[in-house]
Amino acid sequence: MNRATLLDPGRFLARKSFIELNARERSQSLLDDGTYRELLGPFDRLESPWLPMQGVVPQADDGLIVALGKIGGKDSVILAVEGQFQGGSAGEVSGAKMTAALDLAHEDARNGRPIQVVLLLETGGVRLQEANLGLEAIAEINSSLVTLRRHAAIVCVIAGMVGCFGGMSITASLCSYLIMTREARLGLNGPEVIEEMSGIDEFDAGDRQLIWSVTGGEQRHATGFADYLVEDDVEAIKQCIIEAFHRGVPSRNRSEQVEGYLRDLAAIDVSHQLESSEVRKLWSKRENR
Amino acid sequence: MEKFTLEYPASKAVRQRAHVGVVGSGDLEVLIEPSLDHKAHVTVMTSVDGFGKTWQLVLDRFFSRYHAAAAIEIHDFGATPGTVTLRLEQAAERSLS
Amino acid sequence: MVEKRKPMTRGRIWFEAIAGKQAKLVPTVPSVLVADALLQNERTRILSIVPDPDNPFPCARQGQVGLREAWNLARQVRDVIEADEDREKRAIISIVDVPGQAYGRREELLGIFLAAAAATDAYVSARLAGHPVVSLLAGHAISGGFLTHGAQANRLLAFKDAGVMIHAMAKNAAALVTRRAVEELDLLAQKVVPMSYKIEDYAKLGTLYKLIEGVNVDSPEPKHIEQVRTDLLAAVADARSGPRDLSNRLQSESARKYRSATLEVRRRLAEQWHG
Repeated sequence: MNRATLLDPGRFLARKSFIELNARERSQSLLDDGTYRELLGPFDRLESPWLPMQGVVPQADDGLIVALGKIGGKDSVILAVEGQFQGGSAGEVSGAKMTAALDLAHEDARNGRPIQVVLLLETGGVRLQEANLGLEAIAEINSSLVTLRRHAAIVCVIAGMVGCFGGMSITASLCSYLIMTREARLGLNGPEVIEEMSGIDEFDAGDRQLIWSVTGGEQRHATGFADYLVEDDVEAIKQCIIEAFHRGVPSRNRSEQVEGYLRDLAAIDVSHQLESSEVRKLWSKRENR
Repeated sequence: MEKFTLEYPASKAVRQRAHVGVVGSGDLEVLIEPSLDHKAHVTVMTSVDGFGKTWQLVLDRFFSRYHAAAAIEIHDFGATPGTVTLRLEQAAERSLS
Repeated sequence: MVEKRKPMTRGRIWFEAIAGKQAKLVPTVPSVLVADALLQNERTRILSIVPDPDNPFPCARQGQVGLREAWNLARQVRDVIEADEDREKRAIISIVDVPGQAYGRREELLGIFLAAAAATDAYVSARLAGHPVVSLLAGHAISGGFLTHGAQANRLLAFKDAGVMIHAMAKNAAALVTRRAVEELDLLAQKVVPMSYKIEDYAKLGTLYKLIEGVNVDSPEPKHIEQVRTDLLAAVADARSGPRDLSNRLQSESARKYRSATLEVRRRLAEQWHG
């Protein structure tokens, strides 16, 4: 398992935070200079048809950036969720942009025009103001992802501070490679929802240390759910993405390792509440590939 | 949510379109495009009701310095007048470069 | 010795009804029901999720889709893909009655998001391999539970019934998260169709192949069960005749109306991508 990280003193001073950038800036920072071309940008005005009728101000790109360009000289497309807009939640339009881009990338890949696909996920899942269309959008994204994945590697980056939750955590887990920072989090259910549904003893949503010890990037990497743990630095993240693409389409994805996970789960005693340290001990040597 | 439009006299059309910002809490996005009728048109969509006069003041002040004929669209999620001015100036700078 | 009574949820009622007495039960875990059955001349595998009050995972005892359920679904679907690799692709029928995913610390630590991805992967892979995948929405189909079991079907069928509810979040949780009263959400749903909890409104979105009326879902008569089997078989045949992706969900008149923004996105992105 690759652990692409750190940091010599010279680089530390030159560090540029990726987390502090918005989705558009993140996309621009990852693409080679001068190659950035945004599709269906704000001036195309494909906004949510559902938000204004509820008195919610829309964003002109509905919170999803589609950017073509090159990464390391190779044709790429970045699909970046704007976490600051409605918590990065998936609506009809933002979801449709992602699905459509994945389908077009699939067409390209099958027609001898290979393309590298990067997902920047900063999202709480379904946008509740669009509920069933957000849910449908995620189902369609996931379908297109599995379809594309055979022909092209898909790298997902979760950087923080929103993290990746809800139905989009399934999306993240379907990608070929997953890169996380320490600040990032990945989980199906947010801490408040777990506390609401199962009680404060099950999960205290006010306990920040608990939250990161369960869903944080370091834990996810240490227990085999993320392929890379990377510093919050534009250059480090870009190099990590390039390294992942260099490995090519995986022969076996994590989401296909059914026998392995069934066996490993059966070996755990879940009659008592689990601690993150316990799971680290049990799964630190999980063979992922 | 409130929506209103304002108009200001202007001279020549803005050079290129520009976009800044994010519709996040306490922030806004600004879209600027050329306008062809020698006027500046501003459409504001804001999540906070009742601040019509403040918007008028902020925009009056901005257009006293910015004379380009532009169609400006603002999607606001509770930004302060200072932030609104900042974003307008950022967008204006990009549109004139 | 008296066997502990299994709760008769819709997931169990309709699993037994569709599979019938001749079906061959496939042993797995108590919360995942699997049967291989011949529906007229169609070989099918039928899958359903039901409550297991003795589930080792305390947060998954009421029919939620948890770690065990998701990974076992993945295995049962992958077994079908493997078994039918060199023969005719049997249909996969999902009976859907899931209150949602399991909400717990164990689940998050042990990667329920990956388990859900594994089941999703298996269902999509089955579709791509040529298996008709059909879902019968008999009860609740909520959020991650539905994404994991049911949402990836070629064809979706649902009963027109107050107990059939598809949504992104259970109502009480949605009220909490959006900081609105439940009554407010109901009012909003009248204006905003995708927010509705009613199956009649869900049907407007155009994703359903058929909305089945006139059936007592909790206590179906034999003739209605037979009709539903026929509907499922028609869906299977329709799936076999069409593409293996989800494009059919955007083709109905209803979809053209309520998902017009989706269609416009697809059209315009294709233009700009190749431009």
